[in-house]
Amino acid sequence: MAYGAKAREWYESELAGIKGAGLLKEERYIRSPQGAEIDVEYPAGAPPKHVINLCANNYLGLSSHPEVVEAARKGLDTRGYGMSSVRFICGTQDIHRDLERRLTAFLGTEDTLLFPSCMDANAGVFEAVLGEQDVTIADRLIHASLVDGVRLCKAAQDSYKHSDMGHLEEKLQLHQDKRFRMIITDGVFSMDGDLAKLDEIVALAEKYDAMVCVDDSHSTGFIGKTGRGTHEHCGVVGKIDIITTTLGKAMGGASGGCVSGRKELVEMCRQRARPYLFSNTVAPVIVAGAIKVLDILSRSTDRRDKLEWNAAYWRKLLVEAGFDVKAGASPIVPVMLYNAKLAQDVARDLFAEGIYVVGFFFPVVPKGQARIRTQLSAAHEKAHLDRAIEAFVKVGRKYEILGKDKNAIIQQYGL
Amino acid sequence: MDDFTTVILDYVKREYIEEGDDREVGVDTPLISGGIVDSFSMVSLKRFVEKKYGIQIPDADATPAAFDSVTKIAELVVRFQKV
Repeated sequence: MAYGAKAREWYESELAGIKGAGLLKEERYIRSPQGAEIDVEYPAGAPPKHVINLCANNYLGLSSHPEVVEAARKGLDTRGYGMSSVRFICGTQDIHRDLERRLTAFLGTEDTLLFPSCMDANAGVFEAVLGEQDVTIADRLIHASLVDGVRLCKAAQDSYKHSDMGHLEEKLQLHQDKRFRMIITDGVFSMDGDLAKLDEIVALAEKYDAMVCVDDSHSTGFIGKTGRGTHEHCGVVGKIDIITTTLGKAMGGASGGCVSGRKELVEMCRQRARPYLFSNTVAPVIVAGAIKVLDILSRSTDRRDKLEWNAAYWRKLLVEAGFDVKAGASPIVPVMLYNAKLAQDVARDLFAEGIYVVGFFFPVVPKGQARIRTQLSAAHEKAHLDRAIEAFVKVGRKYEILGKDKNAIIQQYGL
Repeated sequence: MDDFTTVILDYVKREYIEEGDDREVGVDTPLISGGIVDSFSMVSLKRFVEKKYGIQIPDADATPAAFDSVTKIAELVVRFQKV
């Protein structure tokens, strides 16, 4: 047996180290459809607890929307369950092409290619379009999947300080001798909830002849007046060369992602992006659901408008209660606690109070930046948020953190 | 050599230390193994010294170990200035 005692012991000790450092990730079993209120079995084996969910990426509340579920069911009936093939052999249906055309129109780009996930889109896109004569210049807080994608391509890699346009400009000047420069950023940064300065980034890209790639996973469907994304918010629709985004968050939340942008770049992905070439694409049932999501979003902006109201209201409630909240304009509202144990303790106590949130700490966020990331949804009603703030205040009082700033919290709990 | 270390140290501080980051960086502080410079950002350090001193450091010599402190980078500059 190749998996002998030596290997087993090594892995056991590695896992014990992760647990000892307080970094073990545990799954909690949800025994209801995704929504504003869910039934959670935690710890494993415990009777399900009915809680308000403040940690899903279900921004538009479409994960269990009856119209989406019904469309998915019809998709299942008319196009079947699986494709049993990659796209270019016999794994592409008419509805895949329909969805790609709909996403192209929604995002205001030239063409779109579906991937099994946005993680796959990010892992595949750079290797497909860049070579060793090129350079990537990435914001230092980009998502891990973009980091992986950059590492997989042959281009030289550089980075700029988070949202620091002066630093980005220095880097663009430094790399003028490269064939192509590609600036890479998240649209909305998932841990802080802040938006990339896409208008300034595009201006610099035009000045220094660079391409721009934006991962808009935490904005597609709701950022911008009609929910097109960060590029709409910043007034640069049509000027982003590559947008990668997901169907796994606001857009129904099932799975799947895409590369959307300049048609030649998208076609290069169709020819060369390995996650596209070597895995099945999004299943028909999800494609049918996603097309319905686009129908709903094209019909009205009610859902993104409600989400915007909810986010502003929740932010106001937290600030008025005296929590240290990161400023921003997205439905990601981080409550800063700085100390990792404090973040875990507060999350645990909130769960006991019927509010489901998760503490984030190193290595997911930088050391000393532990927090509870709350995320709003159009599925939340005002009553949910009023109930949630009562619980937050109760727990905040217990830990004596209300009205305290960063220094005071650190003084009380350390880093 | 001292001139090199001063210039490179200044660049490292400006380039990699964020506002509010109170980590002390000296000429022998481990940069890459110490988590101050990630492999992502090493390219700008390499390009900076190449442009500043008019040298070319072959990729085979531009290893994370060779860039792991300001002193080591300065040694690399001296070595390739002589080539």
